[in-house]
Amino acid sequence: MNHLPILPILIPLMAGALILLVERRGLLPQRIVAWCSMLAMLWVAALLVWRADQGGLVVYLVGDWPARLGIALMVDRVNALMVMTTALLATASLLYAAGGWDRRALHFHALLQLLLAGLNGAYLTGDLFNLFVFFEVLLIASYGLMLSGGRGLRMRAGMHYVVFNIMASTLFLIALGLLYGMTGTLNMAEMALRVGAAAPQDVALIRAASGVLLVVFCAKAALLPLYLWLPETYSRAPAAVVALFTVMTKMGVYAVLRVYSLVFGQEAGELAGWAWAWLLPAGVVTLVLASLGALAGRTLRGTVSYLVIASAATLFIAFGLQTAAAVGAGLYYLAHSTFVTAALFLIVDLIRRQRGATADRLETAAPMGSATLLGLMFLVAAVSVAGLPPLSGFIGKLALLAAVPPAQVALVWTTVLVTSLMIVIALSRVGSQVFWRARTYAECEAPRPPQRVEVAACVLLLAVGVAMTVAAGPLLRYTQAAGAQVLAPSDYIEQVRSTTPKKREPSP
Amino acid sequence: MMEFALASGIGAMTACGVYLLLRARSFDVILGLTLLSYATNLLIFSAGRLAVGKPPVLQEGLPATLANYTDPLPQALVLTAIVIAFAMTAVTIVVAMRSHSDNGSDHVDTREPGDGK
Repeated sequence: MNHLPILPILIPLMAGALILLVERRGLLPQRIVAWCSMLAMLWVAALLVWRADQGGLVVYLVGDWPARLGIALMVDRVNALMVMTTALLATASLLYAAGGWDRRALHFHALLQLLLAGLNGAYLTGDLFNLFVFFEVLLIASYGLMLSGGRGLRMRAGMHYVVFNIMASTLFLIALGLLYGMTGTLNMAEMALRVGAAAPQDVALIRAASGVLLVVFCAKAALLPLYLWLPETYSRAPAAVVALFTVMTKMGVYAVLRVYSLVFGQEAGELAGWAWAWLLPAGVVTLVLASLGALAGRTLRGTVSYLVIASAATLFIAFGLQTAAAVGAGLYYLAHSTFVTAALFLIVDLIRRQRGATADRLETAAPMGSATLLGLMFLVAAVSVAGLPPLSGFIGKLALLAAVPPAQVALVWTTVLVTSLMIVIALSRVGSQVFWRARTYAECEAPRPPQRVEVAACVLLLAVGVAMTVAAGPLLRYTQAAGAQVLAPSDYIEQVRSTTPKKREPSP
Repeated sequence: MMEFALASGIGAMTACGVYLLLRARSFDVILGLTLLSYATNLLIFSAGRLAVGKPPVLQEGLPATLANYTDPLPQALVLTAIVIAFAMTAVTIVVAMRSHSDNGSDHVDTREPGDGK
């Protein structure tokens, strides 16, 4: 049996435990273990993408139990891409933290590894309750990462974040209890069959439970009424951590895509695809509001937080169109927007530290140090995130607009193009305020220039964006195939059902 | 009758939990979350249907259908949910205490409305 699918969960879990053991010996052993684990994860992620691109679905039975009894992991093109994106992002985050943050934050390395274990597990699992457990694993790690070394107002933001997420987890459990009560299974593929064959009197309750589940995922993904927690949380979290948090909103979008195209997808009879009719308009309204938020931002980090919301909303629009081409374009945009918003958070943190007491408020400050380097990086990231040619944001939005079916052209084109313009205006306002307006104060002393590893982390993320632009052809082919794959749930159901335990006797 | 008692119990606990959650004090919010998690655990437990005096383990001579057994899976799920809710409550209490000592207020926004701070 090929154990590749479980490695992205096992490697960070083991590394996290090992780091806890070596924590007393200082920082160097922790860093060595963290980097070994990160390199191993990049290698495994590359293998997964290669394996997924052969076509077909890999089903891994944990503990060799049959899928309807035990937990099954699934690898397809979509979650292999997510694992790869997360591994690259975590590399940049680790590099940035090596600039000194990991010395100040307690247990940073261990928590980071556990967060990665939770993220990878949530991508790969094919079982709804297991998805809940991995959500909790990544949330607990994220509480620790966000709050370590925090005090004052950061504790307030942390309290809001923790309570909001516990509330969402409770709703998750309620939905799972109802769904298990109605269908008698928690395996996603199996549940898809039973939802399709549900008795007419049960359909209403199943729809309600799946609605509750949708609320939970949309809360993580920061969709329309549920995004108010995000700007405050992301503005207060430390930079190396928040760079990794950008993938957690995408995690919510991924969960929606997975559950509502597999469990409540084409095989679901009366409930087939009911959620998408709601998600498309919700995505449109969120996109408009998030762009307004970016325009009105009073701090650098607040503005970037709204860009994160805007990118998640764009993904909901792309996935809501429910065609292979649109979902494929959305997946490309997902990877792009994760990298570029993370890069922006890191760059903004470097800028903030050059501006003395003004920090990241959009007010006139003393001339900042290293303005050329930071300005160039900000320019590249801004061009990419706004969707201007020639970088990856442009290609993602172009592929999305080209894939819109004629019926929705008017709505989607108008929204996406107008909000792109609003984001361009917001970013030009931020850029000119930060880089061009300066007043010399008498007392100011030159701030320390950014460290080399921190700049390297930003450059790494921007370079991944440039690489995505150069390799856009093969990447888009891959994501289009992924889109076609994820919209055909019958293949998943068949594959999961036909995978039988190797060593264990099939039970009656 | 048993179903009615369980359902109203879940309902009452959820109502209290939501009420406490909407009050703007950290302590009340934590109590509300705890009550909600109790209600949720009972709900998951009831997803396996209520049965009295039936074993969750297979026995010889009894056909393996749910008419003769209790579904063991919801019990396992509830156990997981209890452990996670317990850990989460501990985390919230620590965060709330730290927020209280740093910001000098038990209010969830760290200041009273109309305080103007």
